[in-house]
Amino acid sequence: MALSYDDVIAKYEPVLGLEVHVELNTESKMFCSCSTTFGGEPNTQTCPVCLALPGALPVVNAKAIESSILIGLALNCQIAPYSRFSRKNYFYPDMPKNFQISQYDEPICFDGFVDVEIQTDEGPKQFRIEIERVHMEEDTGKSLHVGGATGRIHGAEYSLLDYNRAGIPLVEIVTKIVPGTGKYAPEVAKAYVAELRDILRGLKVSDVKMEQGSLRCDANVSLRLIGSDVLGTRSETKNVNSLRSVERAIRGEMIRHAELLNEGKKVKQETRHFQEDTGLTRSGRSKEQAEDYRYFPEPDLVPVAPAATWIEELRAQLPERPSLHRKRLKEQWAVPDKEMAAMINADVLDIVEQTVLLGADPTKARTWWLGEISRLANEKDIAIADLSITPKDVAEIVALVAAGELTDKLARQVVEGVIAGEGTPAEVVAKRGIKVVNDDGALMAAIEKVCAEQAETADKVRNGHVPAAGALIGAVMKETKGQADAARVRELLLGHLGQATN
Amino acid sequence: MINKTAAEMSSALASGEVTSVALTKQHLERIADVDKKVKAFLHVDSESALAQAASVDADRAAGKALGPLAGVPLALKDVLAQEGVPTTAGSKILQGWKPPYDSTVVAKLKSAGVVILGKTNMDEFAMGSSTENSGYGPTFNPWDLTRTPGGSSGGSAAAVSAFEAPIAIGSDTGGSIRQPAALTGIVGVRPTYGAVSRYGLIAYSSSLDQAGPFGRTVLDTAMLHEIIAGHDPKDATSLNVPVPAVVAAAKSGDVKGLKIGVIKQLQGKGYQAGVLARFNESLEILSSLGAEIVEVDCPSFEYALAAYYLIAPSECSSNLARFDAMRYGLRTGEVDGASAESVMNSTREAGFGREVKRRIILGTYALSSGYYDAYYGSAQKIRTLIIEDYKKAFTQADVLVSPTSPITAFKIGEKSEDPIAMYLADVATIPVNLAGICGMSLPAGLADEDNLPVGFQIMAPAMQDQRLYNVGAALEAALVLKWGGHLISKAPALGGAK
Repeated sequence: MALSYDDVIAKYEPVLGLEVHVELNTESKMFCSCSTTFGGEPNTQTCPVCLALPGALPVVNAKAIESSILIGLALNCQIAPYSRFSRKNYFYPDMPKNFQISQYDEPICFDGFVDVEIQTDEGPKQFRIEIERVHMEEDTGKSLHVGGATGRIHGAEYSLLDYNRAGIPLVEIVTKIVPGTGKYAPEVAKAYVAELRDILRGLKVSDVKMEQGSLRCDANVSLRLIGSDVLGTRSETKNVNSLRSVERAIRGEMIRHAELLNEGKKVKQETRHFQEDTGLTRSGRSKEQAEDYRYFPEPDLVPVAPAATWIEELRAQLPERPSLHRKRLKEQWAVPDKEMAAMINADVLDIVEQTVLLGADPTKARTWWLGEISRLANEKDIAIADLSITPKDVAEIVALVAAGELTDKLARQVVEGVIAGEGTPAEVVAKRGIKVVNDDGALMAAIEKVCAEQAETADKVRNGHVPAAGALIGAVMKETKGQADAARVRELLLGHLGQATN
Repeated sequence: MINKTAAEMSSALASGEVTSVALTKQHLERIADVDKKVKAFLHVDSESALAQAASVDADRAAGKALGPLAGVPLALKDVLAQEGVPTTAGSKILQGWKPPYDSTVVAKLKSAGVVILGKTNMDEFAMGSSTENSGYGPTFNPWDLTRTPGGSSGGSAAAVSAFEAPIAIGSDTGGSIRQPAALTGIVGVRPTYGAVSRYGLIAYSSSLDQAGPFGRTVLDTAMLHEIIAGHDPKDATSLNVPVPAVVAAAKSGDVKGLKIGVIKQLQGKGYQAGVLARFNESLEILSSLGAEIVEVDCPSFEYALAAYYLIAPSECSSNLARFDAMRYGLRTGEVDGASAESVMNSTREAGFGREVKRRIILGTYALSSGYYDAYYGSAQKIRTLIIEDYKKAFTQADVLVSPTSPITAFKIGEKSEDPIAMYLADVATIPVNLAGICGMSLPAGLADEDNLPVGFQIMAPAMQDQRLYNVGAALEAALVLKWGGHLISKAPALGGAK
């Protein structure tokens, strides 16, 4: 028997923990000078160091240290005057050294926080997410398991290994446990990841593309009875590759845990994999038998000891915090709370801002992105950012409407054309032959034709029943293939039928 | 010309008395002549050695400025990667592997014009004190072919001792340069940790490993030291400081007014009588040269061996994880239905020798959760205490001394079934590695009871490597005077020697 979300939150309190892995956008890898460009031919971005050839040694990428410190500062963390790398030992074919160089008990940044705001039933509410640590590590290579039903290593016929990703700098941002979010847990988690993404984007330290894996979220969820202060057993969900999935995965895990607990069963401490298609998670490896990674300080590297003066220089370089940035935009654009929240929720704030910077009126820009374009994205079930329409296109369309060269209705056709890949707005207008019919003669001909065809309706209007004009206007618009200005049609039609316009 | 020192060969090359090609050919002939008995080399690269020699001769003829050892042949321990040349670290797991890159040491040798004759035998992954742990069979001591040359750099030491090469490169993690130098009657130096780049040195224990030079004289060793040392941005632990003036020190050799500290803990019980006799004789000579001999106390040295056999295996258990059959080296067990994991297991089972497996297991255990603090953690604390013992001792003396090895060269097979007895061979050399400082072994004569070479060890603080050469040169000069020639001239001829 499936529980409803309301059933879950009536009885249980969720406790979250979020681990976010961020691929830094340094030009070279964490410990060698290989390129980090995404999508290269397999194994072309490798060298003795990242292939772990005998004798090769790692050297820390100074830019990665700088990026990590910037992240720590932006997340209100302390920066360790001295921190070390450790080796995390385990065998896996896509990890060339069979150990990962990572920071273990001495992270470079620790004890920070991020404030996020979400809409609640009682209006906007702020939640503080405390940061446990920010540490540096290296990514593994990629395995492609061929044959076998699951795409996993067990049961595969053979596996292909690509070490291009091996050694890409990663920063892991780990929260402390997050209690007290109640029924808003999924929204708070999503808002946190979004805020983190915006902060990282502002710092220009990562591409933060969840779909390419440059920002990856592992969501830890546990439930406890409301009022209890004992933590429940948690599950760790991996493969959560979009903001929407963060929300879905947590909601789904809360329901799954509650069902188990209600049946008197135990929640297993394990890694689970989020399934994008079903919104459910499936069991990965069990963590009941904790793996022994035999951590010890990496003897091939010296400690990281950033100078205090350097840290202060970096602090001075920090860009405007996304929350302050949003507050500024809200005031500048005079946007109501609800609309602002809608833009943040739909993840279009940046795009709207870019559109406004290209000259569009803020209200118009917002209306396009939140309205028609969001609707089309939903229809196609893809992220707005992945549609092939750019802020520049929208700014151009807004300008065309303002100049009277497009009606709103025609503009929607242009948007659709741009998204369909027919080119820039100007190209779509030209190809589709879209133009506003503002030749009164042509309109009058259409009006007369329609009035003759629908004489009964026309008479109603003549007799003062103005609302009946709607049907006639519609027919005229149809007659002119939507290229007429509806307001002008109405004006002419009512005049034609002896009714004053107002 | 093979009986000359590297410094003499260098002069002969500079004056045109001999060409590098001729000198290289003489050494290749010597190798062809005696190496079937000594088995110092795993791979002799005649073609590339002669090509390198010809190129140095051409440069010399063209009047190009050349380094002091340009054209002089050298033997390279198989632990260092050399582009395109088989590099195995003495292990079957790397049989046939040809590195696509040069280690920094090799790059420096090549740019100095040093001619690399080939790769020398070693205990597998430098784990051992006799070269018997090689995956390719033992090396034999040129002084007595029934005995080991020590290890792990036994191949390099034997090559120099048997006149197959005037100089050689070894690596020293717990005494692997100094102990074989002692057992084969030559000079060997372990430089300060970080003085010579580890880039391309196949890692055994990263925090202890250090490559270094072998020679038949203190000066030859210094000349090679100066070429391979220096900062390397590819090694994060490489020291960014000027190379100490070791050649100048080897040429001066003056101990007048120096304080020489004898370490109380590194003598007495467990040390062969003939070893102690030669050691004390050298002390008397140093005293007669104007040095003041004092005794220093290093109480923590008692635990050095135990600490070493936790730290080195721990690091090696992780360093050797990369040998997994995925990207290079041996691959076995690829039968139908084999998983990546089963191929890894099968390859590591087949490719690693017994001592390597022993240390991987030991290290894996020492790093395991629940045991880490008791083993690895405690060992690191002992390491700190040893560093403090040295610090204190170096306030009382400019250099410290001890016998290099408690015993002279032992018989092949004598200790190979008893790991603890084998580990004790490094009891006097290990403290230097744990503290990251530098040490030298030079010949102090032959033990009366077996007529085999005895090594005299000198230790100096980090980046004070020139002190080793200064004291070593002074002692060497006095001993040569006493013996009427270098000790090595007393080595057996090995049939065919000129």
